[in-house]
Order: sequence, then structure tokens, then C-alpha cells
Amino acid sequence: MKNKIAYWGVFLALALVCSYVEALIPISFGIPGVKLGLTNIVVILMMYSVGEKDALLVSVLRIILAGFLFGNAFSIIYSLAGGMLSYIVMLLLKKTNKFKILSVSVSGGISHNIGQLIIAALIVENYNILYYIPALIISGIITGFIIGILSGEIVLRIGNRFKL
Amino acid sequence: MTKRIGKNDIIFLAVIIIFAVVFSIILKIVFLKQGDRVDISVDGKLYGSYSLDTDTEVDIVNHNGTVTNVLIIKNHTADMVEATCPDKLCIKQKAISKDNESIVCLPNKVIATVTSNTKSDIDVISQ
Repeated sequence: MKNKIAYWGVFLALALVCSYVEALIPISFGIPGVKLGLTNIVVILMMYSVGEKDALLVSVLRIILAGFLFGNAFSIIYSLAGGMLSYIVMLLLKKTNKFKILSVSVSGGISHNIGQLIIAALIVENYNILYYIPALIISGIITGFIIGILSGEIVLRIGNRFKL
Repeated sequence: MTKRIGKNDIIFLAVIIIFAVVFSIILKIVFLKQGDRVDISVDGKLYGSYSLDTDTEVDIVNHNGTVTNVLIIKNHTADMVEATCPDKLCIKQKAISKDNESIVCLPNKVIATVTSNTKSDIDVISQ
């Protein structure tokens, strides 16, 4: 238990730093709201090395804290919707044991965008923004692919050091 | 290499990419219908609605009474040709004619959107 709390703290700090770095560098993909999703590296790393529930905990805490630090109440709602949907999809895909990290990450990237868009459509009550779905799916594939390669390499190299 | 990517992953990624491409093509076909009118709003309030069938030149006047933007409707397309804002981004935006296309001039808070009289098929998608 003591080890777990230490890991939670370390990974939460790491995830927050990723959020901060992402807030610092404005990587624009031409579509508002599209981000690289660096923190997903931390979530995937935790899923594969520490534990799935721990990944969920850190993910939720990270979203709330990052929302207070860099965003506002709305960005918390959006991030939470995207984060939870992508977590569920990634977990289901991982549980099948048929896919590697790359696929898990791509599915996470796509579902994160879709989750955010659904909440956005509900909040502004304008279903025309669902028009962005194809663009967001494609950007989710691209960012998920990049993050998947990165986190795959990290898990391969240091993933087994966190086993409790 | 076998540890990084497997056969399932390649199939999975291929299916998703094909799905995304097909989906976006379908949406393009559904959405890109010829519009009927262009609605201009200034500062969030509807300024006026003009039919795309008649060629006109619309001077958009803000609440101070000065002309901020000029929109020209010609050959069923609407294009912003003049603006008082410094960056002139709205002039660079391409002419609009299809349903739901829009030209936005942020400094002057002017938005021109093409709408159609018939209801868009979007309701089918959001179900």
C-alpha cells in the first residue's frame, strides 16, 4: 500500500507535468481542441505496469487538478468526458489481450475526442458540431499513433520496474 | 518487432482508418448541399438574411453606424470583399455557397453563414 501511494504521487506529478508541457506548447492541428494528449502516455504506462485501477485514479485526479491549474470548470467537464470514455475503451481493448499498445492508444485517442465532442454537443445543444467527428477521428488516429509508439517504447523498456 | 505490433493491430488500424475515410466522405456528401440563403449576424444578433439567388452587395453596418464589412453575393456564392479589421482574414476566407459554410470576422464580430430552406439531414446522424 505504501508503495502504491508513492507510485500514485509520482505518476500524478508526471501526468501534471505532461499537462503543463502541453499547455505551454501550442501544437495546432488546425482544428480547435485537438491536442497531442501527452498525458495518455502516463495513463497507458500505468495501465500496463502498475495497475488498471491506479491508472483510472491518476487519470481522474490529473484531469481535476489540471483543470484547476490551467483551465476552468468547463475544461474539466470536457476532459473528464474524454478521459473516461478513452479509459473505458482502452481498458476493454486491453482486456481482450489481442492488441498491442499501439492499437490501445489509437482507440484511446479517438474515443477521447469523441467523448469530448459528445459533451460539447450536449452543452451547446448544437448538433451541427458533430460535423467535426471525421476530423476528430482522423486526428485521434494520428495523435494516438504517436502516443502509442512513445508509450509502447517506454513500457517495453521500463514497464516491468513498477510491478508491485 | 513482434512485441510492438501484431497482426491484430494492423487489421484494427486498417479498419479504423478505412472507417474514418468512408465516414468523412459520407458526411461530406450529406453536408455539402447547396444553400439557399446567407444569414449575417453582428455581435450575436441576426443582422439580415439574403437569398443567394439574387446578386447583391451587402454593407454590414455596426452599432456605431460605420460600415465594417462588405459581402457580395454573386452566382449563388457569398464572399467577403471588404473589412475594416487589420488582419483581413475574413477576406482571405474562401467564398461560401454550401449549406453550413460560414465566413467569420472576429474583430468586427461578423458571422455570415449559409443556410438552406430544407432541413439538413443532420438529424439522422445525431440519432
